[in-house]
Amino acid sequence: MKIHEYQGKEILRKYGVATPRGIACFSVEEAVDAGARLGGKVWVVKAQIHAGGRGKGGGVKLAKSPAELRQYAGQILGMQLKTSQTGPDGQKVRRLLIEEGADIKKELYVGMVVDRGSQRVVLMASSEGGMDIEEVAASAPEKIHKVAIDPFVGLTERDAEDIARKIGIPEKALAQAREFLKGLYRAFDDTDASLAEINPLILTGDDRVLALDAKMNFDDNALFRHPDLAAMRDLDEEDPAEIEASKYDLSYISLDGDIGCLVNGAGLAMATMDIIKLYGGSPANFLDVGGGASAEKVTEAFKIMLKNARLKAILVNIFGGIMKCDVIAEGVVSAARQVSLKVPLVVRLEGTNVDLGKKILAESGLPIISAGNMADAAQKVVAATKSR
Amino acid sequence: MSILINKDTRVITQGITGKTGQFHTKMGKEYANGRLCYVAGVTPKKGGQSFEGIPIYETVKEAKAATGATVSVIYVPPPFAAAAIEEAVDAALDLVICITEGIPVRDMIRTKHKLQGRKTKLVGPNCPGVITPDEIKIGIMPGHIHKKGPVGVVSRSGTLTYEAVGQLMEVGLGQSTCVGIGGDPVNGLRHVDIIQMFNDDPQTEAVIMVGEIGGSNEEECARWIRDHMKKPVVGFIAGVTAPPGKRMGHAGAIISGGKGTAAEKLSVMEECGIKVTRNPAEMGKLLRSALK
Repeated sequence: MKIHEYQGKEILRKYGVATPRGIACFSVEEAVDAGARLGGKVWVVKAQIHAGGRGKGGGVKLAKSPAELRQYAGQILGMQLKTSQTGPDGQKVRRLLIEEGADIKKELYVGMVVDRGSQRVVLMASSEGGMDIEEVAASAPEKIHKVAIDPFVGLTERDAEDIARKIGIPEKALAQAREFLKGLYRAFDDTDASLAEINPLILTGDDRVLALDAKMNFDDNALFRHPDLAAMRDLDEEDPAEIEASKYDLSYISLDGDIGCLVNGAGLAMATMDIIKLYGGSPANFLDVGGGASAEKVTEAFKIMLKNARLKAILVNIFGGIMKCDVIAEGVVSAARQVSLKVPLVVRLEGTNVDLGKKILAESGLPIISAGNMADAAQKVVAATKSR
Repeated sequence: MSILINKDTRVITQGITGKTGQFHTKMGKEYANGRLCYVAGVTPKKGGQSFEGIPIYETVKEAKAATGATVSVIYVPPPFAAAAIEEAVDAALDLVICITEGIPVRDMIRTKHKLQGRKTKLVGPNCPGVITPDEIKIGIMPGHIHKKGPVGVVSRSGTLTYEAVGQLMEVGLGQSTCVGIGGDPVNGLRHVDIIQMFNDDPQTEAVIMVGEIGGSNEEECARWIRDHMKKPVVGFIAGVTAPPGKRMGHAGAIISGGKGTAAEKLSVMEECGIKVTRNPAEMGKLLRSALK
């Protein structure tokens, strides 16, 4: 689960991670009022959307007077902000963060992720902040410093100091930087985070470190023990189809093609997308119905796929193990009837009770195109989209 | 021969009184030698009861002491599953196979840390389990699609493993052992550990290795194969079409920071002498051709 920058900063502040003072706002009036409450002469108006790259897209502006603050807040609030991470349609800005201006001497980077290699949380830091860290990793990997953190010890004083020195924190700011990094790890660990990124981490004119940005993602599997975090979920930032799917415990991701895919298992679902592409088609979605799909779940999955106006055909690819093919076949038939299906439907069934499943499809009287194996299924569904 | 488990393996089901634990213990018991293999169950506060003639104990230690079982399979719900793994490790079992999906990563990081230096091997979590066809099935895979033979199968995914097995059967090839290592970012045995076992197993003549986007375990395994493997290996990586930054079902299947793409994995595997296919319908055929 993702949260907004201002929410991330609220969490981090509780752990002693220094951030600029700021106030979240939902209207221009609130923004102007926030500027007055913060005081000072310079404010940063920041669009709050979940995607990154906001600055380049015009979603972050420096206001040098209350009039400018009002002007920028009005411009940004409600705009359709397009960044490299939002997709071509952009994302509507519904919330702002008004922050006091900061005196930036140097921009640095710190991040934390769960690292598959070491099977631990890894702290990454670089003297090259403010820019795309993936570019730094590719062009100057020696400028990224890493330390894997012992889960029973936490980030040690020594490791925190070592990393801080490596990214060029001056002597005067070392003690504060250590507390900053240790606080960041405690926040990460306590909240079951999957990602925490401070880019940029800044060094101020008076030698303090400050989190100018904050991005935090959380492990969905752990939200059951963090109701306070779960309450931060912002449905406006998520794909409506994906929200609908999650209600039925379906794992769904929208893609930009025209062939709907309904598959059991994440690996087979990805392989199904791959084989569609291989035969010249383009998948409209990833959809894993999971191990225990009922007829009701299959019906809901069909409804979600069919909301996509681009959809030209559907491919159902099921390798029944625990899930029996006859149950799936009944689900497909009832779904096709309920939604009065207008696009071609190709079904490939394999595994437990496959003969019974095929019989149900054949006797349904529906124009279902049956496929013998994965390659056959992919070729048939691609052909079906081309003939339309 | 086979790897990890065979007809003489004795198994404890942790979480035997839950719906999933009951169902799959029953299926496992009905498969091949399963009647003799499934000897104990564990559910706290239900010790002394039994399920389908299998005695239930309070703890793994008690179950092991009473039955001599050396392997456990876990169907415990996610919030308690990591603790269940630790209990099996503390009881010094040889192998624990964790089927449970959705364990918080933070729990697994701690459990994995405790596993260091201990003798217990972990398969999973979030995996279909392990099967040595015609001998024993531990997990949720459909037993009837398998048969004994010369091909080892190792995979991060469940149904895609079944797909590989189905294709092997179409070309007339049985399997020595099929291992689903699971899709989570923090897990037990990896591709490379399983491949090493297949290399040492006299029954295994060739291996299908199925991977997914995310992480770099497949690359690490490919380099070991290049330097040490005596048997042909063929491979497929799911997720060539997966967009970066989107989690594809499994907690682990995600391309992040430009790393873990299918294209990168496939190219490293090819460089290391593994025959790869970009067509998931051709895993069986490719293995057949590699054996000749």
